[in-house]
Amino acid sequence: MSAHDNTELTAASGVQSDTASNGRRAFLRSAGLTGAALALAGCSLDGAALFEPAGPTRAMIGPNGSITLDFSTDIDVLNYAYALEQLEAAFYIGVVANAAFATIFAANEQRVLRDVRDHEVAHRDFFAAALGSARIPNLTPAFGAIDFANRLSVLQTARTFEDLGVSAYNGAAKYLASAAYLGVAGKIVSVEARHASAIRDLLNNRSADFAPNAFDMGNTPQAVLTAADPFIVESITAINT
Amino acid sequence: MSTQSNAPGVLSAIDPDLTDRIVSRRRAIMQGGSVSGVVLAGLRLGSIPVALAALSRDAFGQGRLPTAVSGVLNFALKLEYLESEFYNLGIASGVIPAADRTIFTTIQGHENTHVTFIRNLLGSAARPKPTFDFTAGNGSGAGPFADVFTNYATFLAVSQAFEDTGVRAFKGQAATLQPYKSVLETALTIHSVEARHAAEVRRLRGNFQDNEPNQGWITNATTDIPGTAAVYAGDDNVVHLGIDVTTITPAARKEITEAFDEPLTMAQVLAIVDPFIV
Repeated sequence: MSAHDNTELTAASGVQSDTASNGRRAFLRSAGLTGAALALAGCSLDGAALFEPAGPTRAMIGPNGSITLDFSTDIDVLNYAYALEQLEAAFYIGVVANAAFATIFAANEQRVLRDVRDHEVAHRDFFAAALGSARIPNLTPAFGAIDFANRLSVLQTARTFEDLGVSAYNGAAKYLASAAYLGVAGKIVSVEARHASAIRDLLNNRSADFAPNAFDMGNTPQAVLTAADPFIVESITAINT
Repeated sequence: MSTQSNAPGVLSAIDPDLTDRIVSRRRAIMQGGSVSGVVLAGLRLGSIPVALAALSRDAFGQGRLPTAVSGVLNFALKLEYLESEFYNLGIASGVIPAADRTIFTTIQGHENTHVTFIRNLLGSAARPKPTFDFTAGNGSGAGPFADVFTNYATFLAVSQAFEDTGVRAFKGQAATLQPYKSVLETALTIHSVEARHAAEVRRLRGNFQDNEPNQGWITNATTDIPGTAAVYAGDDNVVHLGIDVTTITPAARKEITEAFDEPLTMAQVLAIVDPFIV
């Protein structure tokens, strides 16, 4: 059992990131340096790694909270990933926090779902930190159609999110100009695929379902955002794809 | 190709002749033509016909593959040869219990499809299949996995090592393929399938109880398989884009290492598979 099993991984973790990143931005402003220059100089701040995104976001936030992501800039491709990781993290937090969690899932299933929750929280917080001031606002989940007290509802939704995540990363990689960003996307997409495999196996153990094709999908941002739209209050669109 | 008949849906998905026909149409595609719907329907795989058509345009447009691309594809082909022959022999050997055959015929079908697909992309540049020694004995047939096709536990261990290596190997080539967008996307769609395989085999090794270390994901750089330390070397990294992730999230270090899979270089991968090649 992991040490933090009793720790609720809620959106509060975003507050920690806020604090750290605000402090870093203030420091960067006063130093008059870019993040890249600081990283090269090997500076450190309060023991935390220094990183600032390579450029500003071009995301447009509408008066109703709608978000338009501009795929002509790497930063907003990362924001696209951040949006999906926010969605996944919020979902699994809800799954594990539900009162029925320990009764509707067997012990091995609980281990899978807790791990996946922690991975998605780590992904979400990583993108929040990496994007810093260039990140899109916190999204509002719309999970009304999910019955968190129903094993099948949870696992089928999880399967949808994981397959969607895999196809999103596979389809968005080509928009990244930075090799470093491509590298980190690659580190995450295979973990999403491991999740998809495990969830699919929970739904249909020892079947062929864990990998339904010899090639996974690579979906367009439009297709992914359309599929994710029912689960997010804010409308998100992609341009310059 | 009787070995592929165990996965009919997958085998028929990429018919070499159809693939050849699409590749041969590269000139028409370059000139703005489109691949016929009949051919696409024959391929039957969601993203692949599009990727393949685009690949033809990108990679074959000049009449030959860029050296960087053919180098990566032949590297990938070597790993796919390794995996496909491993599963072909493993299934033929009878070492796999009936309850698990579906899992391995599924993986077998995928690996054989990957071989066919990459060979067709490479065309005359495709290197031939090496001779393998799945005991990891460099041809002696008496390596550390000597009972690989008679002892199911050994078979599973080698399978896990191959799948996790495959994931890290494809990942390590992403930067090289980055300028070739369609090739990159196609490679990624194979990369994530290898990760699905890896997770399934890892969990199967723990009888799906998901107790460490037999979970679908790699914890720290831990392995319970003797002789596979190099397969997992460096996978305990928690610093990404210069950010020590342990400092910015409530998730624990162990789960953070699971949440990020690390790449291996081509040289690291070749060293890992070398004992399996005669």
